[in-house]
Formats: sequence, structure tokens, C-alpha cells
Amino acid sequence: MPSQIVTEEIELIHSGKGPGGGDSSGDGGDGGDGDGGGGDSAGATRVPQRAYITGMFIALAGILMFFMAFVSAYIVRKDMPNSAWIPLQVPRILWLNTLVLIASSLTLARAHNRFTAKDEEGFRHWWATTTFLGILFVAGQIIAWRQLAAQGIFLASNPSSSFFYVFTGAHGLHLLGGILALLYVQFRATRKVARGTAIEVVSMYWHFMDGLWVFLFLLLYLGR
Amino acid sequence: MSSHAHTGGSTVHAPMAEPSGFIQKYIFSVDHKVIGIQYFLLALTAVVIGIVLSLLMRFHLVWPNATLPFVSGGQMSQEQYLALVTMHGTIMVFFVLTTAPQGGFGNYFLPIQIGAPDMAFPRLNMLSFWVTFLAFVCIIAAFVVPGGAPISGWTGYTPLSGLGEITGPGEGWGQTLWIVSISLFCLASLLGALNFIATTIDLRAPGMSLMRMPLTVWGWFVTAILGLLAFGVLLAGGILLLLDRSAGTSFFIPAGLVVNDQLQAHSGGSPLLWQHLFWFFGHPEVYIAILPGMGVASHVLSTFARKPVYGYRAMAYAICAIGFLGFMVWGHHMFVSGMSPYSGFAFSVLTMSIGVPSAIKTFNWLGTLWGGKIQFKTPMLFALGFVSLFVSGGLSGLFLAQPAVDNMLHATYYVVAHFHLVMGVAAIFGIFAATYFWFPKMFGRMMNEPLGKIHFWFTFVGAYCIFMPMHFIGIAGGIRRYADASAVAFLARLQPVHQFMTIAAFITGAAQLFFLFNFFYSLKFGPKASKNPWNATTLEWDTDSPPPIDNFGGHYPSVYRGPYEFSVPGAVDDFIPQWQEPAQVARVK
Amino acid sequence: MRIRKRNSGSAATPALLSLIIVVMVAITVYVFASNFPWAVRPAPITSVGAEIDHQYDLTLAVTATVFILSQLGLAFAVFKFRDHGQKAHFTRGSNTLEAIWTTATIVLFLGLGLMGHKAWAEVRFAPPAPDAIQVEVTGNQFVFNFRYPGPDGKFGRLDPKQISASTGNPLGIDANDPTGKDDIVVPTLTVPVNHEINLLIRSQDVIHNFYVRELRIQQDAMPGMVIPLHFTANTIGQFEVVCTQLCGLGHSRMHSYLNVVSDADYDAFLKQQAAGQ
Repeated sequence: MPSQIVTEEIELIHSGKGPGGGDSSGDGGDGGDGDGGGGDSAGATRVPQRAYITGMFIALAGILMFFMAFVSAYIVRKDMPNSAWIPLQVPRILWLNTLVLIASSLTLARAHNRFTAKDEEGFRHWWATTTFLGILFVAGQIIAWRQLAAQGIFLASNPSSSFFYVFTGAHGLHLLGGILALLYVQFRATRKVARGTAIEVVSMYWHFMDGLWVFLFLLLYLGR
Repeated sequence: MSSHAHTGGSTVHAPMAEPSGFIQKYIFSVDHKVIGIQYFLLALTAVVIGIVLSLLMRFHLVWPNATLPFVSGGQMSQEQYLALVTMHGTIMVFFVLTTAPQGGFGNYFLPIQIGAPDMAFPRLNMLSFWVTFLAFVCIIAAFVVPGGAPISGWTGYTPLSGLGEITGPGEGWGQTLWIVSISLFCLASLLGALNFIATTIDLRAPGMSLMRMPLTVWGWFVTAILGLLAFGVLLAGGILLLLDRSAGTSFFIPAGLVVNDQLQAHSGGSPLLWQHLFWFFGHPEVYIAILPGMGVASHVLSTFARKPVYGYRAMAYAICAIGFLGFMVWGHHMFVSGMSPYSGFAFSVLTMSIGVPSAIKTFNWLGTLWGGKIQFKTPMLFALGFVSLFVSGGLSGLFLAQPAVDNMLHATYYVVAHFHLVMGVAAIFGIFAATYFWFPKMFGRMMNEPLGKIHFWFTFVGAYCIFMPMHFIGIAGGIRRYADASAVAFLARLQPVHQFMTIAAFITGAAQLFFLFNFFYSLKFGPKASKNPWNATTLEWDTDSPPPIDNFGGHYPSVYRGPYEFSVPGAVDDFIPQWQEPAQVARVK
Repeated sequence: MRIRKRNSGSAATPALLSLIIVVMVAITVYVFASNFPWAVRPAPITSVGAEIDHQYDLTLAVTATVFILSQLGLAFAVFKFRDHGQKAHFTRGSNTLEAIWTTATIVLFLGLGLMGHKAWAEVRFAPPAPDAIQVEVTGNQFVFNFRYPGPDGKFGRLDPKQISASTGNPLGIDANDPTGKDDIVVPTLTVPVNHEINLLIRSQDVIHNFYVRELRIQQDAMPGMVIPLHFTANTIGQFEVVCTQLCGLGHSRMHSYLNVVSDADYDAFLKQQAAGQ
């Protein structure tokens, strides 16, 4: 069962188990799951599926540092004396967008659940819903930008607006990448990466982007 | 359901598909070995350019009024000198010191040394290289755009770098290209770091526990972690700087600046913020430059002294400690910047602390040699040179780490001497040691030993001749990044030393031709190399020279012992490779 | 797998390497011990400068010891343990030794760092004396300007829009501010000996730096900030002021003088400047 295999591999990462025994001469056979790394085509991969999970953790760490650089710049700048900081009224639609994104994480969890239960129809339905909500979020962000522009608030108008656009822009771009990934899983069969693994890593990315947004939003809202 | 985890190195496998056609084999290859060589050749090109730039700088410092044929206007101008300074630093730090040890040798040998068929994500690996290549094209392009190359140093401090052309020549297009190049480099490095870390965690062969990994792998692994956490910050800073320059934001530019009698329309940004973002990256960056070299030094010293690395565990922990502490010391570049003096104190204590794991490593290198049976092949000579140079360069750091003393030495040639000895020589020696050591494995041929030795003698002596005197002129007050010494009276007496250093630089630069010749000549005409010409113990020596496409020709190794089992009592041979089954080890009766 | 009988090799290479290292150490120590004009710092003219020198000398003593011991140790090991047919001595290391040299290094390095704290604190943590003479230092591409508050003891407000070097107002002193009328703006820094000076360091354009070697202190001129730096010069003379932070194509030309004069000469200087306005 693909998802169980993936779970098992994740458990093994968490339990810190190393590779095969010290004195056994080679761990015979391929990895725990029958597809030995999940690829459909023979010998297409010697990369264990859990490497993709590890890879996603690592990628998220790197992305986190990128955003933390912006966040620390924001915090420093906000509290500087003589910084000409005019607090920005966060557009109200951002509340809605946040709810939409949180909802998308919930639908994503549901989709994952349906996948585990081998309910292909259900999975596809909830996965598509997630994608739709993601697109809705991005649209909402763009509307927020246009609302600000209508008030004459642009990137360079004030340090507070500069940061607003940088945060939302950077996050939005990353989320667009996530949407592309969601679409890819929906419509294309993966070769090297087992479907279960692909679902796993895309889910990790999506939930992270959701959590990151909630954090950025609170930062912008409380810091206004 | 199988109950144990399995990593990449399976003993059962299907043959890996061989790429066909020149393009797939050598240009857009996903083979980590090809990509490693691509990175290496990129770094080789970059270092030649970087050395030429530095020789032009040294020439100008001694003969500022000389007429140069390729310089428009005949004599090198102040801004041309500063452009050399900027580009030399940028090209060397990024495209040589971050590229060759990690992208070059790390890519080639990390998978093999852990018994894997390739990196975890080969296509991502290929992407990383080509984005790096693109970054290199961008930085070189800065030379030829209107205004020329930027003049703000490799550190690109704002507002000098943030206001555009008005602050000086090269600050228009040149600076923009610089930022774009560095940003691309950041992206490529992040992707590369991801690959290295995932590969090390998940693709180790059976029996290859963390504490059996060669120290080279520890070096590449911790370096990758540093890169993962640091490059994102520089990328963020670069984006903000681009916005300041082209979108009218003021992240780094304060209000009320008047340049060339023109009031700048920026409001309340902070130049210190750029410094914090830059150095938060910049300090881990220099450890990125040196850690692989430390791994190589340990590896080569052990191999050619025929002794285990002294204190292997301590060495591994020291690499981790250096990496960890490396993130906490960035403020020591900013003691006189206007940063809070309390922060200065904190950064100082942390910086002095980082000397501790570095010292531990030095003691352990000496311990590795002590009681050994040292063979002086060229790789070993460069590894020994590394130790000497690292001691020299590292100790001057103790002065700079103390803000009181830094008040005197900041921005003098003392700093330039310090970082050149550790980065510009020691780390380079790490690259040379790696090249001479692994050339047989990579290319199936031996490099010429006498030529290698000549290269070593000239470079070792030459490097000391260039950079030891530099400390003294720093103490005497020689200020760095000065195009000429004519305006300041006390600088005049330093000129004879500059002349000495320049002559030494030219001789040492010329001596690199021995290396270049040796390298390219041996590629074609060197004597054929066996599988294990150095009688070494790690997994790369278990396969052909050069290795086949899947690294081990279908037979994946398992690992039975640590990486440095040399001169083990009771064994007939003075080395027991990692891959040799215990039953097969010839024992003394 | 048979080991190939290895040629133990000549002693020439290890001998030469050891020799080079020993010679390098010898020359380095010699230069530090001598007083070549291109290798020595000038005498300090502040007491904190003398303390900084003391800390420097202490650091030099420690690092010199480590330097000599480790380089000579390397040179010794290289020669003594060259392959001349012996077997290598197998050891994985010694936890005791690791503990000892780790502890020793921690004590040495941190001790050194903590000892230097006092000199740093005197310059940076301690506030200037209440009667310190305030002088504002402004860097801009590529000159220094020094401003004294004049007889009223107050600095006039600065307005960037009123900056005009050509009409003699390089700092942009606000014409509408009466306290600025008596401000003295000069291209060199004149101070009385043995009197505390509090510099207010600022920049008009990019980052510059104010450094006088003999003071042993330097400070970046950070645009958007005014950074205080206090000192007391104890020697009369003229000393060079340099900019150490890369500020553009005129960086190496950005240069001025610190004139430390007697009290009488300082009063004369102020009077002369006031008269000239």
C-alpha cells in the first residue's frame, strides 16, 4: 500500500534509523516497498522515495530562511527611529484570503485521507478543490493589490507598503509554484516519483505555505 | 512490509541507461561526475580570470602611472582599480571557492564515497550547474556594459551600491548585473545544497553510518547545510537591493542623502540592514569555502601518513561546531559600523569561540602526522601546506575578533592578509590537494609528479611571500581598497613592501602554469591509473578509474569499517579498505 | 591483496618542506621583533590607544606562541615521520588529549577576548564627559568637513536642500536657524591637547569612515545616523585622517588632518574662525 510505505519511511526518518546493518554484506533486495523506490520503469530509480520527503523538508528550511530574512528586515525597519513609517491598513479582503487558504489546507488533508482510503474519486475531487481554493487565494491577493493601488499605495510609497508587497509577492510566487505542483499531480502520472510520495511532498509544501501565510498575515496585521 | 529502511545502494539493480550523443553526455548531463567536472572547469576558468584581475591590481599599486595597452585612456583610473577589486573578490569567492570544492569535488565524490549511484536528484543537479553558469555569464558581462563593472567591493555596501550610477562609474548596469548574478548563484547553490543534504541522509550504502563517513563527506555535508540556510538570506537581500535601485523603495537608503549635489528621494532605510543581511550570509560563506578543504586535508593527511585520522569523532564534531558557530559571528565584520557596541561584545565572544574547534582540528592534523609513515606525494604536500597556511591565517583572526584591536586593524591590509591566507591560499591548497589526489580517479591517468612538486614549492613559498608581509603593512596603517597611496603621506614608506608582494605575486601566478600544463597534458598523456594508485581506503577507490556511469559497474559496495583504517596492527597490508569483507582481510599469523 | 614494497623515498622533500616552514617562522618572528618602518604602528596619542596596544601585544604573545609551536611542530613531524621504512604507529586518538587541548584553547581564547573588553568599553560604552568639546564630522564624496558649534555652543540645524559647496555651505546649515550662524566649518580637525573631544560622525551620501592611526580608533560614517566617538589626545602634533570605508572612486583621495594643539593655540583658532565669518 503506497501510502503506508511512505508513512513507514517517514517513521524511519524520525526514528533516526540508519541504513542497513553494519556487518551484513549488503542489504539484499530493494527497499521496503515492491517498487523499490517507486518508479514504474525498470531501474529508473535507485533513489528511495523517502529521499523526496527529505528533500522537501530541506527545501522548506531554505525557503523559511529566505522569508525570515524579509521578516527580520521588516522588524528592524519598523522600529527604527526617523524611519518615516506609516502603518499600512491591511486590506480587509486579506482576512477572506486567509480563510480560503486555511480551507485549502483542510481540503488537502481530506484529499490525502481519501487517497489513503484508496478512494480515487474522492481524492481527485478534494485535490481539485484544493487547487481551486489556491487559485482563489491568489486572485484575492491580486484584488488586494489592486485595492491598494486604487488608494495610491504602491511598492515605493512607504516602507510599510514596500514590505507588504514584498511579503505578499514572494509568498504569492511560491504559492503559484504550489498550484502548478497540485495541477501536475492532478493531471500527469509521475515516473520517478511514486504517486504517494508526490502527494506527500506537495502536501508538505502546501501546508507550509499556508502556515507561512498565516504568520506573515499576523505580522502585517499586528504590526500595522 | 519490510521492516528495515533501505537506502539507494541496492545490490540488485538494472543497468543504468547510458546517455547517448555528445549533448546528453557532456553538456546537459545528469551524471554527477560530468556535472562535477563542469563545475570544476567553470571554477578553473574563473580562477584564471580572478588571478589576472589580481595581478592587474598588484601591478597598479606599484606602477600606478604606467600606460597599459588595453585600458582606455592609457592609465588605469581609480574606478577601474575599484572595479578590479570588486570583480576579483566576487569571482574568487563565489565562482572559485564556493564552486570548486563543493560543486566540483563534492558533486563528483560525495555519491561515490557513500556508495550511491548518483545524487538524489540528478536533474536538479544539472539545473544547479547551468544556473551557476548563467550567473557566471552575468558577472563577466558586467565588464562590458556601459559604465563597466561595479566599484562597491564584493560586499556591495549600500548606499554606494544602492543609488545607481550617481555614486560612481559602474554603479549602473554593472552593479545591477552583479546583483542578478549573485541572486542566480544563490538559487543554484540552494538547489545544490538540497541535493547534497538529501543524498547524504538517504543514499548511503549499507554499513555507511554517519560515523563511518569520510571526513570529506562530513565537510561537504555541513557545508551544504550552511549553504542552505545562508544563501536564502543573501537572495532576499539582493532582491531588496534591486528594488531600492529600480523600484524606488528605501530598504537600505536613508533620507536626506545628497550625492553630486542632488537630493536623493529615498526615505529612512538603513545601510546597516544590508550589512546584517549580507554578513549573515557572508560569514557562513567563508566557512563554506574552507570546510571542504578541511575535509580533504584530513583525508589526504591520513592516507599519505598511513595512519587513521587522529580523533575522527572530534574532527567530525569540530566540523559541525564550526558550521554552527559560523552562523552566530557575522557581526565581527561590523564592529565599527555603528552597530550597538553591546552586540559587538557578544559577537566577539562567539568569534573567539570559533577558534576553538579550528584549533582542535589543527591539533588533530598534527596528531595524524605524529608517528606516521609520511609519503610526500603532491597531494600530501598541498595538504601539509594547507595546515601551515590555515594556522597562519587563522591566528590573525584572533586579533580581528577583538573589537578593541579591530579598531586599529579594521579595513587595513591586515584584514586582507588574514582572509587571503585562509581563503585565497589555504582553501586553494585544499582544491589543489583534491585535484592531485583525485585526478587519477576522475580521468584514469596520473598527473606528473615532478611538475606537481615544482608547482607546490613555488606556490607555497610564493603565497607566504605575498601574504605574510601584508600583515605588516596593515599594522603600519595601510588601508585596503586604495587605488593609490599618493594622497596619504604615511603610506609612502609601505611602497617597497608593495613592490616585493607584487613581484612575488607575478612569480606565483606564473607558477600556476606548471599546474595548468600538468593538468591538461596528463589528461591525454599521463600514465594510466589503476583503481587505487594511492592504496586508499574509501569507496571511490573500489571502482574503475574513471568510474562507470553508475559509479560501481553494477556491483555496489557495502561498508564494513571506518574510513581511515591504516596500519592496523595484525593486518598484513598497511590499509584495510572500507569495502573489504572482514573475512577477506589478510591477517598476520 | 599484497602490499607493494614501497620505496621509502629520499629525505630531500621533507627536509626542504621543514626548512621552508622554519625559515618562514624565523623571518616572521624577526620582522615582528624588529622595528621596520613599514611594519610598525605609530605611537598612540591617547591612553585608550595605549590600552589597545597592550591588548594587541598580549594577543601577539599568545598567537606567536601558538604559531611558533604549531608550525615548528609541523616542520618537526614532517621530517621525523617521513617514510624511511618504519611502520606507522596506529592510534585512533586520545580522548584525554582532546579534552586537555580543548579546555586549554577555550580558556586561552576566551580569556584573551574578555581581557580586551575593557579597552572596548572605554571607547564605546562609557559616555563622553559633560564638558567634552563637540565636533561634528561629516564625510561626503570625497572630503571631510568638521563643524564646531561656535560661541553659542549649539549646532545649527542642517537642511540637505541647502547644501551647496559652491556658496560655502557644504553641510547645508539651515539659513533660517539663528544658532547656525556662528557654526565653524573647516576641512581639518583642530583640537586642544588633553581635552576630551566628542566627535559626532555622519555622512551625506555613502558610508565613509573616520580613522586616525595614532588615536587607534575608527568609526564608520553611516548615512542616516549620527555616531558619537570620544577621545582625549595627549600629544601635540599633526596626524593624518583617512577614510577606510570604500566610498567610490575618490576613496583613496579622501583625506584630512587632525591638529592637536595647545589650549592657547586652540583658543586662537576658534577666535580666528569666528572673526573670519
